[in-house]
Amino acid sequence: MTKASEIRIPANRITVKRHADASIAVVGNPNSGKSTLFNRLTGLRQRIGNYPGVTVERHTGTLKLGDKLTELVDLPGTHSLSAHSTEEQIVVDAILGRLQGSDAPDGILAVLDATNLYQGLFLLQQLVDLQLPMVVALTMTDAAEKSGIDIDIDMLSEALGGVRLYRVVATTGAGLGKLRTAITELPDSPPPQRISVWSELTDVAKRLRRLSDDKLNLTECERLLVDGMTDRNATVTAGLNDGFVAELRTMREQLFGDDPPIATEARIRYSWVQETLAKAQRSTPPFQSWRTQVTGFLNRPVPGTVGLFLVMAVVFQAVFAWATPVMNGIDFATGALGAVVSASLGDGAFSSLIADGIIAGVGSVIVFLPQILILFLFIILLEDSGYLARAAYLMDRAMRSVGLSGQSIIPMISSFACAVPGIMATRVIPNRRDRIATILAAPFMTCSARLPVYALLIAAFVPSQRIGFMNLQGLVLFGLYMFGIVMGILTALLIRKTALRGPKPPFALMLPEFRRPNLQTVLIQLLGRVKVFLNRAGTVIFTVAVVVWALAYYPRSDLIGSEVVQQRQAAAYTLSGAELAAQYENIDHLASAAQLEQSWLGRAGHFVEPVFAPLGWDWRVSAAVIAGFPAREVVIAVLGTVYAVGDEADEDTLSGRLKASTWADGRPVFTLPMVIGLLIFYACCLQCAATLAVIRRETNSWGWPVFAWVYMTTIGYVGALLAFQIGSA
Amino acid sequence: MEINTYTLASLKRGQKGVIKSVDTSDPQVQRLMVLGLVEGAELEYASAAIGGDPIEFRLFGCGISLRREQARSFQVAPVATGD
Repeated sequence: MTKASEIRIPANRITVKRHADASIAVVGNPNSGKSTLFNRLTGLRQRIGNYPGVTVERHTGTLKLGDKLTELVDLPGTHSLSAHSTEEQIVVDAILGRLQGSDAPDGILAVLDATNLYQGLFLLQQLVDLQLPMVVALTMTDAAEKSGIDIDIDMLSEALGGVRLYRVVATTGAGLGKLRTAITELPDSPPPQRISVWSELTDVAKRLRRLSDDKLNLTECERLLVDGMTDRNATVTAGLNDGFVAELRTMREQLFGDDPPIATEARIRYSWVQETLAKAQRSTPPFQSWRTQVTGFLNRPVPGTVGLFLVMAVVFQAVFAWATPVMNGIDFATGALGAVVSASLGDGAFSSLIADGIIAGVGSVIVFLPQILILFLFIILLEDSGYLARAAYLMDRAMRSVGLSGQSIIPMISSFACAVPGIMATRVIPNRRDRIATILAAPFMTCSARLPVYALLIAAFVPSQRIGFMNLQGLVLFGLYMFGIVMGILTALLIRKTALRGPKPPFALMLPEFRRPNLQTVLIQLLGRVKVFLNRAGTVIFTVAVVVWALAYYPRSDLIGSEVVQQRQAAAYTLSGAELAAQYENIDHLASAAQLEQSWLGRAGHFVEPVFAPLGWDWRVSAAVIAGFPAREVVIAVLGTVYAVGDEADEDTLSGRLKASTWADGRPVFTLPMVIGLLIFYACCLQCAATLAVIRRETNSWGWPVFAWVYMTTIGYVGALLAFQIGSA
Repeated sequence: MEINTYTLASLKRGQKGVIKSVDTSDPQVQRLMVLGLVEGAELEYASAAIGGDPIEFRLFGCGISLRREQARSFQVAPVATGD
């Protein structure tokens, strides 16, 4: 084991100093190349955790140089130390050392995008005044050169209180060597000089600091003066004397009068930025790179929107078509493995547990790994190339017409992978009503756990025909994705017109230039997602597979067992050779079907069958659906188990077994209207405990998750009912 | 709106303008000022989504999109495009 692995302990329990020699906060604007740089510097020595009490992900990693181990904390992107969201508040609290369980960082690695010095310098002047050792990584220098931006590093360093700047190109790794050394030496370096761009504020802040008996630092006092008594600041001043808050109010009135302090701060600081840029940056007419040309074309309203739909169609087609060969391979391998195990272990409970329970159950979920990989790959590529922001911009008007904003599109698109990160991503939406409407719409997006169910049913019941450049199966899948989108939009619309009526939410979005995603960063992110999926397959789904197998296997009926023996003997009298073998097989299948039917799962399925009978579901489908309520992907594992021991087991694949399944009178269970109903049920129903938990956490109430569950389950049931009844009539 | 006010929303595609004054009464506009939309900043109307809303501007070389409604809070002086 390497030394790095020793520090992999749960992030919320990290007390930094004990494990690394120093802790450095990585701070920068959103889209400044901060995370790419962080990935470059730390590679696979990373941990993702959570900040205590909030649902912001905490990314930490270590940088090893010589015998020094430096911890890097990748803080969320921010534009200013004036915090307006949970993420921005985390940044402020982290660098001021106010987060529970961790001290102030030993230094700051500021990330400055060379193509966006304007906004970057605004944040940087606030950071310099913190008086922590600091080093600046000037990223995207290659892109800046191509756009004709010439930066005078020495001039910039002087303007920023003598802080050291390093040019890097995170995508190629150029300049990283020197930066690593600088970061490692950072804790022993002197902080930059205060630049005090806004001397009036600093003077008043010094007075305020004395009033706090030096309990607050200068930056905290400046933030108090500008931001006032926000909820967070109220907790900061809670321990101070009574006169402090009154004095703060007087000082703010003197400083700002009737002007909004944030506006005043922006004016003063940006006027300094504009002066500094005039000295330190020269722009020549930009070179027309392929990026600007692509951006220019995609910026036009119609090509942009058409392009967005094309991109989405290609993604869905890829998810279905590219994955098929690999999936067939996995399917074949699990089938063969199960058969080998069955044959070598013989009959009995243990053999059945391994072959029918574990291999069939887990295998039927692992088989969807290729599709999930492809989907995540696309989402990560779209995000890293800057396209997701553009999608938000293009979709804003459409989203607004349903009462949401373009910012809702990013949580929505993420929800195609999984609603849990999608719902977490709603934190970028400042308006609460807008946020909750997005949270309620997000679970309708087709997540990667629904995909296995869709894929199974489509592969089994939709013919594989070419229609234009698409396959009919791909088209149906696309239709189901669209159905989810429409349902989500209708939900948002409904909720914004009723329970969450209010003014239209505001919107402003930075649109980064297209950039080529870095392979390493993409792979690191993809690996993280796969780990999460396999963890689930390895723990939750494994457990469920075993439990469901047990429920389907026990209790064993001795009566059925002895009947089998009698029937076999009877058959042996009258038949011989191949006919006898066929009859044996027939008897065995009937027996295992009878065993299954009187098992616990069979009884449960029978018990709820009347509820689902109007949807055309037999007790086996009902049992699988019931078992799928904690996590919907489990349904495949359950179907795999249920049908492996049923009388359709002579079919090689699960889809074949579903096709062969019949009612007692020989009619097929899986008719087209029933399958459509089942698909609609899965498209709507909120069968995911993790999503309910995250809705509870993000809305901070039990009301919304309960509402979402009841609402979605009702729609799913009614939809399936209508599809089956109308289709069968 | 008054006849003589010329705002970011009045710019045409490819046209540039320098912000002359900002109506700061709306808290959302204050947040936009933190992104650099302050007096003296030069913006270029780059593009728009279908229907002309939201609008994408170039601000010191970077793309930023605003809704027409908020763009109206920023009065600008048009810059002659001759370079």
